[in-house]
Amino acid sequence: MTRWLQHPPPRGVLLALLAAGLAACFAIEQFGLVDDYVRFVLITLGINIILCVSLNLVNGWMGEFSVGHAGFMALGAYLSACVSVKWLSWGDPLWMFPLAVIGGGLMAGAVGFLLGLLSFKTRGDYLAIITLAFLMIVKSGIENIPYVGGPRGFLGIGNHTTLLWTAVWTVLTLWTIRNLVYSRFGRGIVAVREDEIAANAMGVDTRKAKLTAFVVSSFFGGVAGALFAHQLQFINPSVFDIVKSTEILVMVYLGGVGSLAGSILGATAFTFLSQALQPLGTWRMVILPLILVLLMIFRPRGIMGMREFSWFVPRREFPKKEDKK
Amino acid sequence: MDYFAQQAINAIQLGSIYALIALGYSMVYGVLVMINFAHGDVFMVSSFFCFLLLLVLPVPFVVALLLVMLATALLGVCIERLAYRPLRNAPRVSAIITALGCGLVIQNTTLSISPYSQRMPELFTPVTWNFAGLTISSLQILIVGTSVGLMLALDFFIRKTRYGMAMRAIAQDRITVPLMGVPVNQVIAVTFAIGAALGGAAGVLYASAYPVISATMGVLVGWKAFVAAVIGGIGNVRGAVLGAYVLGAVEVFTVTVLPSTYRDLIVYTLLLVILIFKPYGLLGRPAVQKV
Repeated sequence: MTRWLQHPPPRGVLLALLAAGLAACFAIEQFGLVDDYVRFVLITLGINIILCVSLNLVNGWMGEFSVGHAGFMALGAYLSACVSVKWLSWGDPLWMFPLAVIGGGLMAGAVGFLLGLLSFKTRGDYLAIITLAFLMIVKSGIENIPYVGGPRGFLGIGNHTTLLWTAVWTVLTLWTIRNLVYSRFGRGIVAVREDEIAANAMGVDTRKAKLTAFVVSSFFGGVAGALFAHQLQFINPSVFDIVKSTEILVMVYLGGVGSLAGSILGATAFTFLSQALQPLGTWRMVILPLILVLLMIFRPRGIMGMREFSWFVPRREFPKKEDKK
Repeated sequence: MDYFAQQAINAIQLGSIYALIALGYSMVYGVLVMINFAHGDVFMVSSFFCFLLLLVLPVPFVVALLLVMLATALLGVCIERLAYRPLRNAPRVSAIITALGCGLVIQNTTLSISPYSQRMPELFTPVTWNFAGLTISSLQILIVGTSVGLMLALDFFIRKTRYGMAMRAIAQDRITVPLMGVPVNQVIAVTFAIGAALGGAAGVLYASAYPVISATMGVLVGWKAFVAAVIGGIGNVRGAVLGAYVLGAVEVFTVTVLPSTYRDLIVYTLLLVILIFKPYGLLGRPAVQKV
């Protein structure tokens, strides 16, 4: 029974499952198979998975500590909203929306590049402070730009985030990050976590590894922000505060650092938990950080910490049958 | 000129309150090398303690100050005992996350209990004096005096007493010091108690100067103090005080030039710029990393 879980299935099976999943998303969207609430939760789940995996790249695989992910979300959300509401509002959402999402991602990625440059000089606590300062600057910066609504928020964003688009971006994120961390280059990112100086001495280009991790992570943070903006149709600077960042941190550390399966698990658990706790009002935001604290004390690496479900590992990671004695 | 001098007085008042909070961040960082993100929320809770105390019985200022400092010190010790001590030997990141989580738990608990901001009853009836065109209230003198007094007391404590010596020793070498028979857990608990008590004093002073208190104060005010500690060089007690007055001045004078909505933007940009060019703050010494 467990044999097929320990080894990845043939490539065709994975692709078929993926195609079936996307087809199901399309069918749900096209024929209205589920009610609006379920659809909303499913889209939130997808966005949360993107956020969780992308933050996990920096906080898990690279072992840094960033609290600025909500800032990247905000950049992606606002830029994509500008594209879809102000600059290309005449366009058909079919091509305009992906463009807006990619634009939001690129914007966040560019700023992530700058933040990555800063990470050369400092790490650990000081990098955490830099990401915190970044988050605050983004939030209060947006509050001072009347063009995007300032503190009142950005109104009238179209409802373009469909289930299918969310699923496509989720798969794309997972695929990119899987291929990145299991590549030769990606091992450099993991080496930075284990020991940056030793990695450098072994010839790993740690600067390039850090920059890549920051850019990829912030790009997908921005993408998630763009999807988020077009799901809620209203964004406001105070949504993207430290609480939002903490929510993403809870997902990462609940599911497990340095694990794709863990990220999916963490995001799923968080999404459903957060919906289930909705009746508690603000007490919900007492329970979620409390879970984070308890996790840190009793299980600091999360449910799947540093382990991976074999289906997410590229096939070349496994020895071929004839190699085994 | 008068306007400038008046703003300088306001800057000193704000800086003094920031300094008291920043000391708590800096002391804990000096001893444990850990950013106690929950400290801002401890400060916030202390002003609610003061509010509750005054609701029950209207005590004079000094009694309120001492009682709130005591209560906040207890809270600080409890947080250390329950949340931070189990993680003493865990990776540094776990401790930061826990601190962040504790802060949010405190903030949102307060928010759930008191969703709206509260109007603080008057703790002290200020008298104002005018001289040379300046207006100074006795409240401002009280705030600055109390803060400076507490800061001097702390400086004395750290430099001249046995506990202070133990704190400085732990900050230098956390592995050897316990072998010398220093009760590390006790010293760390005392550090948290003092840091939190200073935050509590800041809470009382803040609530008497700006008498509307809310659960988001920990983020709005407490984190500014954290910025001050970082600007001064986190871990350095005198640096924290310097950073706090610098930050108080920057904030007050920003508002005289730009709209007040730019205040946070300027403060956090200043933080970022200082971290880029002087990563260990104005008075901090760079940590040498040995392989």
